[in-house]
Amino acid sequence: MSVIDLEKRFQEKIDSDIRIEPRDWMPEKYRTTLIRQIGQHAHSEIVGMLPEGNWITRAPSLKRKVALLAKVQDEAGHGLYLYSAAETLGAERDEMVEELHSGKAKYSSIFNYPTLTWADMGAIGWLVDGAAIQNQIPLCHCSYGPYARAMIRICKEESFHQRQGFEIMTVLCAGTPAQKAMAQDALNRFWWPSLMMFGPPDSESTHTEQSQKWGIKRFTNDELRQRFVDMIAPQADHLGITIPDPDLKWNEERQHYDFGEIDWEEFWHVVKGHGPCNKQRIEARTKAWEEGAWVREAALAYAEKHSNTQTSKSKAV
Amino acid sequence: MKSWPLYEVFIRSKAGLHHKHAGSLHAADAEMAIENARDVYCRRNEGVSIWVVLSSDITASNPDNSEELFDPAEDKIYRHPTFYHVPEGVKHL
Ligand SMILES: [Fe+2]
Ligand SMILES: [Fe+2]
Repeated sequence: MSVIDLEKRFQEKIDSDIRIEPRDWMPEKYRTTLIRQIGQHAHSEIVGMLPEGNWITRAPSLKRKVALLAKVQDEAGHGLYLYSAAETLGAERDEMVEELHSGKAKYSSIFNYPTLTWADMGAIGWLVDGAAIQNQIPLCHCSYGPYARAMIRICKEESFHQRQGFEIMTVLCAGTPAQKAMAQDALNRFWWPSLMMFGPPDSESTHTEQSQKWGIKRFTNDELRQRFVDMIAPQADHLGITIPDPDLKWNEERQHYDFGEIDWEEFWHVVKGHGPCNKQRIEARTKAWEEGAWVREAALAYAEKHSNTQTSKSKAV
Repeated sequence: MKSWPLYEVFIRSKAGLHHKHAGSLHAADAEMAIENARDVYCRRNEGVSIWVVLSSDITASNPDNSEELFDPAEDKIYRHPTFYHVPEGVKHL
């Protein structure tokens, strides 16, 4: 079959909602686009453990500590599901890790902001996991089977993340004036970076059209961002704290919230590596990888030795 | 350095059900693969039993041969009960 015929058949499958599985024929560009996107997503889960890991030892109660620990562990799991999904496309795990460390592969820019107070754990769960959920739900129907299946698992686990974050915010907002001010401050710092999590505006987004045709993307960046704002604004009202945007208001005609201009210069600045914590995050990941090398080697040596003795044992019988 | 091999993980979610493919992971050996599978795929009571198998040990059908493998079943409607006529009024059939 010619490539044109194969491409036509491939597109027909996608159009009739038939999932693509690892060994099916797929255009090379579909494969590389997915490897890049899934890899970036996996890296975000892994690097995303760092800002929250920062507060595990200082959580204000045992209840908060076990919840945060469980959440961070989930994020490690999410990273692993996604790396595995990328590997079904022929990507190598070690290469992906190297690309993260060298800066060749990107991860979500939100994780390059510091977590300065305990309220940031609330704001992250509420806003960052909230934004992640908006991004991830449509991916549960993505055309690539292993990615869609990983996303279904992930989405199931995410809802606890957002709720525990919102609960932290609720408690702080009902607390002392200082606690409420802390919650407000966290919202102030995380609001705009959370909106940036949906990526550049549609007018500048380069991959959207092809990705939509391939069933990798169902909604545009701006559509998802709008949904997020519509979801969060009433929740902020409930908490009694103010979203730091003077232009934010309900638009009766559109049946959506209007909101102010995002500082895209800041976004690109952080994406290009100049955010407050980019250097620190990659250093932490590289350090963990390098200092764990002897463990990986030793485990492999042990496994090899063990399998040798087992073979000789079974031979002896 | 050689990297850890890939294992496929199958989980029985409760007694009475089949093991079902859950995903894959890297581990130095099968024993570690089971421990990792517990942490990666069973954090919320998803399983009562785990199988792991080296991905490289799985033999899979080739999607290019799907037609010759699966098409022959397509036109054999006489393998389904709905193909057969049951006279009106006859019960338990
Ligand atoms: Fe996650
Ligand atoms: Fe999460």
